[in-house]
Amino acid sequence: MTKSILLAGVGGQGTILAGKLLTQGLLEAGYDVKMSEILGMSQRGGDVSSQVRYGDKVESPVIEKGGADIIVAFEKMEALRVLSYLKPGGQVVVNDFQMPSMPILMGDRDYPVDALLEIEKHAKLKVIPASEIAKGLGNGKVMNLVLLGTIISLMGLSDIDWPRIVEESVKPAFVDINIKAINAGIEAVR
Amino acid sequence: MGNLREEISMKQLLTGNEAVARGAYEAGVIYAAAYPGTPSTEILENIAQYSEIIGEWAPNEKVALECVIGASFAGGRALASMKHVGLNVAADPLFTFAYTGVNGGAVIISADEPGQHSAQNEQDNRNYAKAAKIPMFEAADSQECLDMVKEAFEVSEEFDIPVLFRMTTRLCHGKTVVEKGERKDVAIREFVKTPSKYVMVPAMARARRKDLEVRLNRLKEYSESCTWNYEEINQGEIGVIASGPSYRYAKEVFGDSVSYLKLGFTNPLPEGLVKKFCDKMHTIYIIEENDPYIEERVRILGYDCQGKNIFPSIGEMTPEVIRQAVYGEALPSLEYDTSALVPRPPTLCAGCPHRGFFFHLGKKKNIMISGDIGCYTLGFAKPYNAMDATICMGASFSMGHGAQKVFDQGDKGTRVVSVLGDSTFFHTGINSLITVVYNQSNTINVILDNRVTAMTGHQENPGSGKNIKGDPSTMLDIEEIVRALGIRHVRTIDPNNLKQVDETLNELLAINEPSVLITKWPCALKKLSPWDIEDFPGAFQSKNYIQEDLCIGCKVCIRCGCPALIFDKEKKKTHIDILQCVGCDVCTQLCPTEAIKKKED
Repeated sequence: MTKSILLAGVGGQGTILAGKLLTQGLLEAGYDVKMSEILGMSQRGGDVSSQVRYGDKVESPVIEKGGADIIVAFEKMEALRVLSYLKPGGQVVVNDFQMPSMPILMGDRDYPVDALLEIEKHAKLKVIPASEIAKGLGNGKVMNLVLLGTIISLMGLSDIDWPRIVEESVKPAFVDINIKAINAGIEAVR
Repeated sequence: MGNLREEISMKQLLTGNEAVARGAYEAGVIYAAAYPGTPSTEILENIAQYSEIIGEWAPNEKVALECVIGASFAGGRALASMKHVGLNVAADPLFTFAYTGVNGGAVIISADEPGQHSAQNEQDNRNYAKAAKIPMFEAADSQECLDMVKEAFEVSEEFDIPVLFRMTTRLCHGKTVVEKGERKDVAIREFVKTPSKYVMVPAMARARRKDLEVRLNRLKEYSESCTWNYEEINQGEIGVIASGPSYRYAKEVFGDSVSYLKLGFTNPLPEGLVKKFCDKMHTIYIIEENDPYIEERVRILGYDCQGKNIFPSIGEMTPEVIRQAVYGEALPSLEYDTSALVPRPPTLCAGCPHRGFFFHLGKKKNIMISGDIGCYTLGFAKPYNAMDATICMGASFSMGHGAQKVFDQGDKGTRVVSVLGDSTFFHTGINSLITVVYNQSNTINVILDNRVTAMTGHQENPGSGKNIKGDPSTMLDIEEIVRALGIRHVRTIDPNNLKQVDETLNELLAINEPSVLITKWPCALKKLSPWDIEDFPGAFQSKNYIQEDLCIGCKVCIRCGCPALIFDKEKKKTHIDILQCVGCDVCTQLCPTEAIKKKED
């Protein structure tokens, strides 16, 4: 049975590295893995998503609306934007963090403060202070790995040797904090 | 366990772009050239990492292909890659290259953009294979990218013809499992002077035109028998003919409930295979992205089918789209209230050197702003409203010139300001500036020189002083070039200095001759070179903050559109996101109460 994971965020938040580590772990666990992401304007503050699918044999790398087993949003409003991709009954994890987009910064629109309430009406929701947890570990940027930890826990992927995958994928100086971040994410949804 | 680990390490997750680069390496390619363009950029970036291959950024796609043609004639295997619109630029050499054929094998990668994720149009470049009369491969995943690129070189040499390799965004940037092979040592073939093959004057080109038909006929046989076109017969009489990623999408939706004719080599199309398949089927679906390229052939062969009558020709042919078209409904999904959702359009980054320039340009009256392709195209948006037209790479100067000639016929005195970036200037803007000089329009031609090809992810260019491998190279001086072209009025300014931007624009608008304005400051995301650090002292080395008691909440600073400036509605004060701020000081110059201060370490 193919499983689908959607990571959504804002350009620069580290969705791509989280997706890369996730797919590497899944590959080494023996799954067929496909991933799709759209690059291009993403560095310039636009919304971004990485779609990861794994199973015995995966055909499409693209997740359909109503097809994601889990959505992990790195930013609150982005969770609302991609909610239609969730399978009815699926799980949503949201980083308790908001980043206003340009129409909000310009004062033309208001940030949707009730985004989480709307999601909670329709789906299982876990709100994780991933940015705060990451800051507590000493580097706010590892928020992406905290969120990867939540995926590992909720999708039952804890048996994979994640510390080794981190070691093989990031610079030596960042290995330790990245492993800590993953573990903190696993703890946060336990 | 050791064996399992070893077995696994043979397999890797690669993007289609990485797989194409690997395929080129394994095929024994020795020369590759490209101009960066989403979604194709990473092909050359990856190729350049192989020391066995000479990888180069060319100033544009036509130049890239012409270099590849020369490399092929000289006997080496060579590859050019480009985004779909890049092939329009390179179309001129492409069509005649089909006549000459190759010496060393030659493959041209076209990365198409169904859905226009990052492009100004959506064109199906499979039509180029048909129009230029060259063979074409369409891969469905990364493994096929690797394997087919290798095969494409064999086909190119065996049939004496350049090969088109069509990719799409999802294929380029999607990752699937790939098993790698080893590099094949391919000897450089001898170049034998053969004017009848390589010198395309009409008499010889007419002979090669006839020969091309002979080569295409032989390729028809290849298409019927190659392993890239195959049937998968399941129960029932419903058949799907699909190419590229559409094949995988169709399998996602239909699984084993239908039969498939999977086409990986699509020009010339294997008409025999198509007939054989269609004869067995009661209902035939043709599933392909964008144009009815396969469908038209199938219809000409006399088969009724379900194609663009039910599947859209616009956008991506995702599983969702197929499901909707065939079954009339998508997967069940949540219905929820999206009214509070705010768009998140891409914006100019904090510290972007284009900000200061567009801030003032948008305020000028009675001007038309002729734009171009790059990050700076975002100048069209609020709060700048500083771009009135954009078409293609390098068009700003020439389009602006034509517009000015017509405005000159009226009595409103409208002036044209044409805007492009450094890499776009080298791409084709330089030609456009020649017509501005030669045919004398009084346009103001702006080169936003941020010292890098920024939009596609920071590639080196002829002005940046480095080549694709990161080695030092001749740094072309834009100011010297435009003077050499005959522009008499040239100004180079720091775009973060708002007063200078405003005054220089006014000065040039007062001149009734062509002028060039160069705004010179590096992209805020650029990894600065040693000479950048020398040329732009203090760039991105500081951070600003707003002294709260001095902020009167007037929001004047917000009007520069910097994403690091955040207005707090409750406090009625603005503050600066310290993580984003790089201390460009554009906002500092706008604040009426001097509330924006430099942060001390």
